[in-house]
Amino acid sequence: MSATGIGAAVRRKEDFRFITGKGQYTDDISRPGQTYIHFVRSPHAHAKIRKIDNAAAKAMPGVVAVLTGADLANDKIGNLICGWAITSKDGTPMKMSAHPAIANVKACHVGDAVAVVIAETLGQAKDAGEKLVVDYEVLPAVADPAKAQAAGAPLIHDVAPNNTIYQWHLGDQKATDAAFKAANHVTKLDIINNRLVPNAIEPRAALADYDSGTDSLTLWNTSQNPHVARLVIAAFVGMAPEHKLRVIAPDVGGGFGSKIFIYPEEVVCLWAARKVNRPVKWNSDRSEAFLTDAHGRDHVTHAEMAFDAEGKITALRAKTIANLGAYMSTFSSSVPTYLYATLLSGQYGIANIYCEVDAVYTNTVPVDAYRGAGRPEATFVVERLVEVGAREMSMDPADLRKKNFVKSFPHQTPVIMAYDAGDYAASLKKAQEIADVKGFGKRKRDSARNGKLRGLGYSTYIEACGIAPSQAVGSLGAGVGLWESAEVRVNPTGSVEVLTGSHSHGQGHETTFAQLVAGRLGIPIENISIVHGDTDKVQFGMGTYGSRSGAVGMTAIVKALDKVEAKAKKVAAFMLEAAEGDIEFKDGKFTVAGTDKAAAWGDVALNAYIAHKFTGAELEPGLKEGAFYDPTNFTFPAGCHICELEIDPETGNTEIMGWTAVDDFGVIINPMIVEGQVHGGIAQGVGQALFEGTVYDKDGQLVNGSYMDYAMPRADYLPSFKIDTTETRCPSNPLGIKGCGEAGAIAAPAAVMNAITDALGTEDIAMPATPAAVWRTLQKVNTSRPAAA
Amino acid sequence: MPAVSMTVNGNPVKGDADARTLLVQYLRETLRLTGTHVGCDTSQCGACVVDVNGKAVKSCTMFAWQAEGASVTTIEGLANGATLHPMQEAFRDNHGLQCGFCTPGMIMTAVDMVKRKGHDLDDKTIREELEGNICRCTGYHNIVKAIAAGAKAMA
Repeated sequence: MSATGIGAAVRRKEDFRFITGKGQYTDDISRPGQTYIHFVRSPHAHAKIRKIDNAAAKAMPGVVAVLTGADLANDKIGNLICGWAITSKDGTPMKMSAHPAIANVKACHVGDAVAVVIAETLGQAKDAGEKLVVDYEVLPAVADPAKAQAAGAPLIHDVAPNNTIYQWHLGDQKATDAAFKAANHVTKLDIINNRLVPNAIEPRAALADYDSGTDSLTLWNTSQNPHVARLVIAAFVGMAPEHKLRVIAPDVGGGFGSKIFIYPEEVVCLWAARKVNRPVKWNSDRSEAFLTDAHGRDHVTHAEMAFDAEGKITALRAKTIANLGAYMSTFSSSVPTYLYATLLSGQYGIANIYCEVDAVYTNTVPVDAYRGAGRPEATFVVERLVEVGAREMSMDPADLRKKNFVKSFPHQTPVIMAYDAGDYAASLKKAQEIADVKGFGKRKRDSARNGKLRGLGYSTYIEACGIAPSQAVGSLGAGVGLWESAEVRVNPTGSVEVLTGSHSHGQGHETTFAQLVAGRLGIPIENISIVHGDTDKVQFGMGTYGSRSGAVGMTAIVKALDKVEAKAKKVAAFMLEAAEGDIEFKDGKFTVAGTDKAAAWGDVALNAYIAHKFTGAELEPGLKEGAFYDPTNFTFPAGCHICELEIDPETGNTEIMGWTAVDDFGVIINPMIVEGQVHGGIAQGVGQALFEGTVYDKDGQLVNGSYMDYAMPRADYLPSFKIDTTETRCPSNPLGIKGCGEAGAIAAPAAVMNAITDALGTEDIAMPATPAAVWRTLQKVNTSRPAAA
Repeated sequence: MPAVSMTVNGNPVKGDADARTLLVQYLRETLRLTGTHVGCDTSQCGACVVDVNGKAVKSCTMFAWQAEGASVTTIEGLANGATLHPMQEAFRDNHGLQCGFCTPGMIMTAVDMVKRKGHDLDDKTIREELEGNICRCTGYHNIVKAIAAGAKAMA
């Protein structure tokens, strides 16, 4: 391992600008003559728009324009779309409603935009927005997914009777039901996977500029995938031809999925910029983010697990209602289906699995992928069932897991996925050692002596990352291919620019991608720059989500580097007057086998461009190669997290006393960055389990739409984490990488809730297990559980 | 619009600000010092923390005119020329940042914390003192490490 190559904990190249305040986020960018846009949003969850009177607003100081959904429709700006087609079990297509960027006929959730004001300053735009008179006819609303399909529930979109978008299923129902009939023991759980708000600390933003001289548009926005944004806004919304639209996602302050999607605001900014022929800027405030960023999770599930007399899991079945909110967001349909039910086998060999999912509309903010996307929901179902099953059968929860682990690979589950490599017992064993599980009994007794309840919970999770072979996802309904692109440009002086279709918004690609190139070409990491996030600079790429940038994005770079090396060897052969087949390349030096002839990397790069040593007929000048890489399988990171916690029965307060994570991410490029990804994921997972829960009242009002009300994890709510790894190489990509971005968020909720229920001695508590919820549960069971272990 | 004068990062500055212009807007939009960020609208996240007359202040909670005549230091003014402040170095050395958006506020808060609490900071103190700063990326683990190391390096 070199000091900066694969496996080295290199300090991040991108950090200097961030720690000196020189990052360039979307809201840091300004254009001459820019205007500010303010969205007037529905205060009602469900309301017909009878009339909008904009006369008073238009007369306000500084107002440039007031625009409505009718104006948008008149200009024939198309609707937003969901890009993954799901077919119901009866063969009918999903029921996708129209989703205009500004509501024209009716508003379907609190925060749905009904008009915009564009003014010289933001203050003037907001002031004028106050003067806009919208005559609403308020309609009954439904926010609870469990009530959305009930007879008499308010109908949100005519296209979807009973507010049902699809009724989908996966697996063999007959065989699964038969296995349940034959079961020795059945564990049953009702689970609510609580609705979360992603809350990247940088709010979404957009700045649109129209160049009338070339009739082209530029959009700076907070995007995880600028090319996909350009494609959708060009091809489906019909804003401008793709080559007349440039999308730039500069520094982006966190995404966690919420910045994948194509949102109304960026569409409206582009449209408005052309209409007023001036740049238009929008920056979401936090309250607006709560009302417009796609939320995550929000499943209601009944799940059952069947065991034989020896504790072998023989079957799993689940029925889930998934809330997709008021409109179908860009990838919403895939989250509770192919990203969820396909992981219900967990780390276990389960012969029979059947899952039914009803996706429903409600009068709430759209729901889409949030860190983990479907896999945290699946892991929670499986890991809670296993843990509760062990308790009901009086077995050790770790032993029950070990008994059921998949042990030979490849392993085909009954729900599509073919696991390629792993050693689940190894990560469990290592985690148990680090967490000192053997000493837990004593610690529990010590806690009891202090009047505290101590619990320990496991989560042995698996996830499918890399998303994934284009042909496979295409057959499952995806509207896009899920490959990745790279271009490696070698400059005449030997420095290198890598143009990647991946996008970094905290993951550190400028460092890890450069490590890959430095190790391969034997050049200093300082001589490499990573270019991403600008559709005018970078070839089409798919962006970053699903922990795919290592496994897929970096593999595309490897393929481009293969081509660069092959071409450079040809150049070196001419320079060294040797046969191409005799040229060897190592540590930044080209040599001729069996001789002392050599050429340095920089000399070969220069010769590729000055082209003095070969004719154009023999070799094209230049040194620049591109590649597209389409994976052959998903990757399957897996591991074991153990949470140990203590509850104060007097207050219901939970304190996490220890967190151990042992993950198998395959080959690791930069362990420092990987640990950071795991820390952040765990914090979000602990947030879901203990603090975060999005509350709508029965009328569809968001009750906790600010940081005063929505409990974000803070530093003093969390412990320091013990992080370690095991390694089985991923066989489906040349680097052996599996991906690490989502693991913590996937593993953590089940570990916390298994520990809390262990401490409380009852399964009767849902996420978030706030102090109030824990206290109420304790009053119900009326126990203080003295030293039992 | 009335003009507001103050010293920012050692330089006297003057710029127009109406009565409702927040200090953070004045810094970001009038002075184009965009290193100070806005992550919320309820003074919870701390991305906007700057130093005003020697105290850490959330610049979204005061008007620009309230800083008339004040001495303000932002993240852009923390380094001594090309030499980074020890707390900036500590954040980089300890991977105390990911997306970087909360980072300026974290670093400004950390420097203030050392001023008030000294150079030998334990985890519990650091975590409690970070009550007013939210990070969504790091899980705080490496921020806590960075601040402990930065506090020692500032001694």
